Amino acid sequence: MADQPFRVLPAVTVDNEHFWRGGAEGELRLLRCETCGTWIHPPQPRCPTCLSDRVVPCATSGRGTVLTWTINRQPWYPGLEPPYVVAIVELVEQPDLRLTTNLVGIAPEDVDFGMPVRVTFEEYPDRDGSVWLPFFEPDPEAT
Amino acid sequence: MARRIGERDAVISGVGQSQIGRRIYRDPLGLTLDACLEAIEHAGLTRSDIDGLSTYPGNMNVPPGFSGVGVAEVQDALRLELDWFAGGLELPGQLGSVANAVAAVSAGLCDHVLCFRTVWEASAQGDAGRASVTVGSGGGGGYRATGFMQWTLPFGAPSAANWIGMMANLHFHRYGTTREQLAWIALNARRNAEINPNAIYRTPMTLDDYLGVRMISDPLCLYDCDVPADGSTAVVVSRADAAPDLRQPPVRIEAMGTALHGRPSWDQFDDLTTMAVRDAAAMMWARTDLEPGDVHVGELYDGFRFLTMCWLEALGFCGKGESGPFVDGGERIAREAAGRAGSVALNTHGGQLSAGRLHGYGMLHEACVQLWGEAGERQCTVPSGGLPEVALAAAGGGPLAASLLLTRS
Repeated sequence: MADQPFRVLPAVTVDNEHFWRGGAEGELRLLRCETCGTWIHPPQPRCPTCLSDRVVPCATSGRGTVLTWTINRQPWYPGLEPPYVVAIVELVEQPDLRLTTNLVGIAPEDVDFGMPVRVTFEEYPDRDGSVWLPFFEPDPEAT
Repeated sequence: MARRIGERDAVISGVGQSQIGRRIYRDPLGLTLDACLEAIEHAGLTRSDIDGLSTYPGNMNVPPGFSGVGVAEVQDALRLELDWFAGGLELPGQLGSVANAVAAVSAGLCDHVLCFRTVWEASAQGDAGRASVTVGSGGGGGYRATGFMQWTLPFGAPSAANWIGMMANLHFHRYGTTREQLAWIALNARRNAEINPNAIYRTPMTLDDYLGVRMISDPLCLYDCDVPADGSTAVVVSRADAAPDLRQPPVRIEAMGTALHGRPSWDQFDDLTTMAVRDAAAMMWARTDLEPGDVHVGELYDGFRFLTMCWLEALGFCGKGESGPFVDGGERIAREAAGRAGSVALNTHGGQLSAGRLHGYGMLHEACVQLWGEAGERQCTVPSGGLPEVALAAAGGGPLAASLLLTRS
């Protein structure tokens, strides 16, 4: 992994570890309310729908669609070379269950709105243990 | 019982502005005092009249040049005796600090609030430019992202250019908006800057210039982003019944909008083609009998040019998704269009691309200057030949936004 592009990494805490390290088991994990079933992102200590505090990390399908995207062409960081695609993906589990990510495995000019995508993880070693960044790629199994 | 429209108990009595430029390498407190003293004098007051102080975003060391001057520095430098003060970042955009002042005056906590916003980003970034201040770059790799930034920085999206690029791309997709249309926000602003002696960039810009410049984050190009600048702007918010003590009839505050009903996040907000400007604009119009067609001059935040499109739609100058055709060709937004049906004179000083990234306060300054008839060569007049009577100052975008509807006394 020595030749990985530069990435600013997240500060992993007990509240977000399920998200940043779920990729070790190949799972995109988000909080879900055990009481009413609402998926929650970013992590919050209570369900925003029913206010229950019974929120627990659960594996999503890792599948979604591209809500919107941009081709970044500005070299913000030495070691992270543009162009690359920044996107907001909406997961299939729930309307408006979204996250910002990068689209990989596709040429920027081939990206389209509503395109089915699936999660793919890349491990980044860090001083307190690895994090697994969730990127998305075209979903070959989507119909 | 009808809700009290408390902002009508407050007025804007004076405005001031420092030298504005790129890398002028002056102490930001010095710039701030220049703006503040000019505003106090413009109002016809003295510093002993000032009993309130308000600013955005308060004193901060990072990002470099984003602030550097807070309430304490100005209070001490002017030896003000304050009955009320506030400075901070968690507000409905930059003009939230003015809304705070209006609320304080309306509540009777103070009589004359000095409000200011100072930037010195151009000097602070120096020759290394914007790239030198990207969050998480440099620093020996010790930085780890927290809060909202943890959800964007690992994906190489540290800038509002990326987040607003995604908003704009969705708008383009849903409504057929084009770069050739968006260009007119920049072209119109530059045309106004050409005759503003205080603007930074005054050479003419053509559509070909706009279309040919390098892309930053599609569909946004370099000219869709503003340019770091140095400068300070100040306004004085006073009690409406203090008008007899003032140098000129004050600018009245007809209504304000400060709402945020959607999620406070760049990527979680329900409608990414508008965001908080929708809520602020709706609140403002609910507090007045005036309508968009009554507005002669609109100084609508253009820190990224696409945000002005969001404001035009949210404020009702055109329908949802129709800002592209509305601005296309520039005729409906030209300074000569003030007071004409279906038009609004837009960003008459040159906006933040051409007149400097004064971060929202430049918009409010220009709205007041236009209402007072002090805009010089770029002064708008309505078809009857008179001065504009209604102006809008709006600042922010994404999850932060506030607007003020202003009228001439």
